[in-house]
Amino acid sequence: MADGPTLDPTGPIALTERDLLFKATAIMMIVIIPVFVMAAWFTVRYRGTNRKARYTPNFDFYWPAEIIVWSIPAAIVVWLAFHLWEYTYKLDPYTEIDPSVKPLQVQAIAQDWKWLFVYPEQNIAVVNELAMPVGTPVSITITSDTVMNSLVIPKLGGQIYAMAGMQTRLNLLADEEGTFWGRNVQYSGTGFADQQFQTHAQSKEEFDAWVEKAKQAGKSLDAATYDALAKPSQKVPVTYYSGVEPGLFDKIIAKWSHGDMDRMPHHSQAETTE
Amino acid sequence: MFGRLTIDSLPFYSAVAASGAAVTVLGGLAVAGAITYFGAWRMVMTQWVSSVDHKKIGIMYIMLALVMLLRGFVDAAMMRSQQAIAYNSEGYLPPDHFDQIFSSHGTIMIFFMAMPFLSGLANLIVPQQIGSRDVAFPFMNSVSLWLTTAGAGLMLISLVVGKFSTAGWTAYPPYSGVEYTPGVGVDYWLWMVFIAGFGTTMTGINFLVTIIKNRAPGMTMFRLPLFTWTILITSVLIIFAFPALTVACAMLILDRNFGFHFFTNAMGGNMMNYINLFWLWGHPEVYILILPAFGVFSEVVSTFSQKRLFGYISLVLATCAIGLLSFTVWLHHFFTMGSSAKVNSFFGTMTTIISVPTGVKVFDWLLTMYRGRIIFKPPMLFTIGFLVTFVIGGLSGVLLALPPIDYLMHNTTFLVAHFHNMIIPGVLFGYLAGYMYWFPKAFGFKLNEKWGTRAFWCWIVGFYVAFMPLYVLGMLGMPRRMEHYDIAAWQPHLIVAGIGAFIILLGMICLAVQLVVSIRERNQALDLSGDPWNGRSLEWATSSPAAPYNFAVLPKVESRDAWWDMKQRGVAYERPAEYEDIVMPKNTYAGLVIGVAGGVFGFAAIWWMWWLALLSLAVIAAAIIYRASDDDDEFVMTASEVKAIEDERFAQLAKAPKNEMADEPGFAGEPAPEPAE
Ligand code: HEM
Ligand SMILES: [Cu+2]
Ligand SMILES: [Cu+2]
Repeated sequence: MADGPTLDPTGPIALTERDLLFKATAIMMIVIIPVFVMAAWFTVRYRGTNRKARYTPNFDFYWPAEIIVWSIPAAIVVWLAFHLWEYTYKLDPYTEIDPSVKPLQVQAIAQDWKWLFVYPEQNIAVVNELAMPVGTPVSITITSDTVMNSLVIPKLGGQIYAMAGMQTRLNLLADEEGTFWGRNVQYSGTGFADQQFQTHAQSKEEFDAWVEKAKQAGKSLDAATYDALAKPSQKVPVTYYSGVEPGLFDKIIAKWSHGDMDRMPHHSQAETTE
Repeated sequence: MFGRLTIDSLPFYSAVAASGAAVTVLGGLAVAGAITYFGAWRMVMTQWVSSVDHKKIGIMYIMLALVMLLRGFVDAAMMRSQQAIAYNSEGYLPPDHFDQIFSSHGTIMIFFMAMPFLSGLANLIVPQQIGSRDVAFPFMNSVSLWLTTAGAGLMLISLVVGKFSTAGWTAYPPYSGVEYTPGVGVDYWLWMVFIAGFGTTMTGINFLVTIIKNRAPGMTMFRLPLFTWTILITSVLIIFAFPALTVACAMLILDRNFGFHFFTNAMGGNMMNYINLFWLWGHPEVYILILPAFGVFSEVVSTFSQKRLFGYISLVLATCAIGLLSFTVWLHHFFTMGSSAKVNSFFGTMTTIISVPTGVKVFDWLLTMYRGRIIFKPPMLFTIGFLVTFVIGGLSGVLLALPPIDYLMHNTTFLVAHFHNMIIPGVLFGYLAGYMYWFPKAFGFKLNEKWGTRAFWCWIVGFYVAFMPLYVLGMLGMPRRMEHYDIAAWQPHLIVAGIGAFIILLGMICLAVQLVVSIRERNQALDLSGDPWNGRSLEWATSSPAAPYNFAVLPKVESRDAWWDMKQRGVAYERPAEYEDIVMPKNTYAGLVIGVAGGVFGFAAIWWMWWLALLSLAVIAAAIIYRASDDDDEFVMTASEVKAIEDERFAQLAKAPKNEMADEPGFAGEPAPEPAE
């Protein structure tokens, strides 16, 4: 379990999420442990056959006890609430990790049953593989060309839904080299189980070489190629495209949205970061 | 004529599906055969299915729940065995089939196991606890039962005719839309939930009115037993929450069948509206399920600790607070849908707040045990098991309420572990405790304690072995609803979880054996007094089983723990000077007819047999009109008939031991004396 993604993260986002997990678990022990102790102690001590134990059949109210049982959980919740707000703002998937560094832009498109990643600045696209330079923040904008999906790379951080006609965002950063798996975790039909990919966190040079490799692919992702790719398929091997039709991502959103869905109140965050 | 129903809809395409269908059909035939064998059709028709007696309706609800528990468990066992072997392999279930199974498991357990169990316990006990002769609307009660049964019937039929939904128990669009899942599966889900939902809504109305209007003289709100309090709040939640579900279903039905675009990807539809509506019902629903279980635990812990319930007012306030707050947290089911940090923080905070009243309850139950004299009957074992296990689920629940942690854990088996951790020790243990606690009240004899204790140990050990590994798997990143996988580290945990499911299977077997053994040996465990546990609330004042009118003379309540108080004052078994005539509702087939026609309507709508749908609607309308214009729906039980029944009751009481618990080693004496301080 120690090398499980949650307990052994490789990025600051997942690491901070784990921090909160540990802190919250620890604070809640203040109520959990007494429950275990009281349950065991009372069960043994006040078993009916133990005639030595004190028996007070009408004891049904005691102010101090009431105050304690309400106030201690309440105090813990106050503590939790402060941390909850702090961490939720800090770890908001829409927030850029380091405003002073320009993040690498990636567009993720959920399809049946694969992920298409477009690198608009490099003008390449790749199916079922994600690469990023170590130490550089990555800003992924996400949509779906099919049912609802959810994108997660557990070693790096949390998930966010992919919805047709809408755009969501995930900001991540890897601070160690390595290969981490990621996938769709929102059930999406027959091919769901195999809808996964590998993420390569690499040095700058390796990443540039990776981009170069994609550029050599010779195949470009034009509209016709895209339509063929978007058809349901399973276990699609990693495929590179050396060019991408301009505005592909926005066209996919527009195709479904018929109206400006990205301006919905709950997506306003996306606009402020745009 | 048959819409889209063809011969290909029968499950001959796969051996696993065909055997499931065969078991269902054979099960139905076996029940019919058994009724014929015992020559019981007449009794079943005239005394049971047409009954408007809340006690019989309660028993039928619980029978339905137990059958569906078995069916839901079979699904669970199939999933557990599939996942135990499906590392780098397809296992024995193809994705399409596996997906139907997790969908039917969740749907059955929530809608057709837990909900009927809840309604059953409420029906059986609440009127007796408040000293009433019946519920407020006995006929509506029968309609509720049969509409719920119609939904469950569609569930069973889906196993034989056509395929079930693969969209999970939540049926999120756009996946559940007709573009992505054509066929009848999602329609089955929609219509069964829609139809059963009407029944549940009516149950909520019925019990709200019953508890407000039908209380015995002196039974003030703050003298209500805790179980009744929880049913009261649950009823309110049902009334406010279920319409959201019904509307969501209706809209998705329009999308799928009539070309609407409420939730579709294109044409201006928006799936997020469905998700909001669904959880606007769905979160209160989890409290609808668990509050009555809290009620059972409150009754059981005080009876078997032989002590007054600690912190009654706190428990009532906590119940009300939970009811209110349960409408303010629904967004925590989709923190990952892209809401702003502010929105997520707000709903996260509300969710952690709801854990405060829940924590208070746990401590009050523990303090009830403190300085008590605990007798370890099976219902009490389930209660103690609940107390210890439930807080672990509470811990994981609070963790999931923190949005950043939810980003990691959402949609993983950590979530599956969390909600089973609430729902098995919380809801199911509560209902099983209630089943064993009140069984004598329903049938006049006690359930076998040895087998009950065995069932408890199998369930609790099985629970830990089956679900603790899922917490670990969640940390290892395993998503829920995985038909197969290629990560080696997951398999050992899944095998352990499979073993856990096997231990739970032993628990299921113990429950079945318990029932059979108890029926066989019922003469050794007769409950002659009607008060087998030295109880405290009014349901123990009636005979077991209670007379059709429950109370020949309405009790006068002078204190909380009304029955205990009467025993203490020595007025418990007083014979009234005279009896009065009692007006009772007549049995009627109208409820059954409406239910059956409702089921047929659902089936017809699923398969697009529109003529049949219209016909069954006409039958429903006719039954309602017939019933509404029937002025002869009551009969009078004369004072002398009542006297005859009560004479028999007192003759039986004379034979009963003075206190049925007197032989228990831990018995503290009745009414228990307060030792001098
Ligand atoms: C009796 C022992 C039980 C076992 C072994 C069991 C096992 C399972 C399994 C293996 C899953 C699928 C997890 C996944 O998606 O990976 C599941 C899902 C679920 N279970 Fe249970 N379960 C049990 C009892 C219950 C009960 C009592 C309830 C509710 C009253 C319940 C409600 C659900 C729900 C709502 C789902 C989600 C279904 C979905 O994904 O749509 N289960 N259970
Ligand atoms: Cu959206
Ligand atoms: Cu919830």
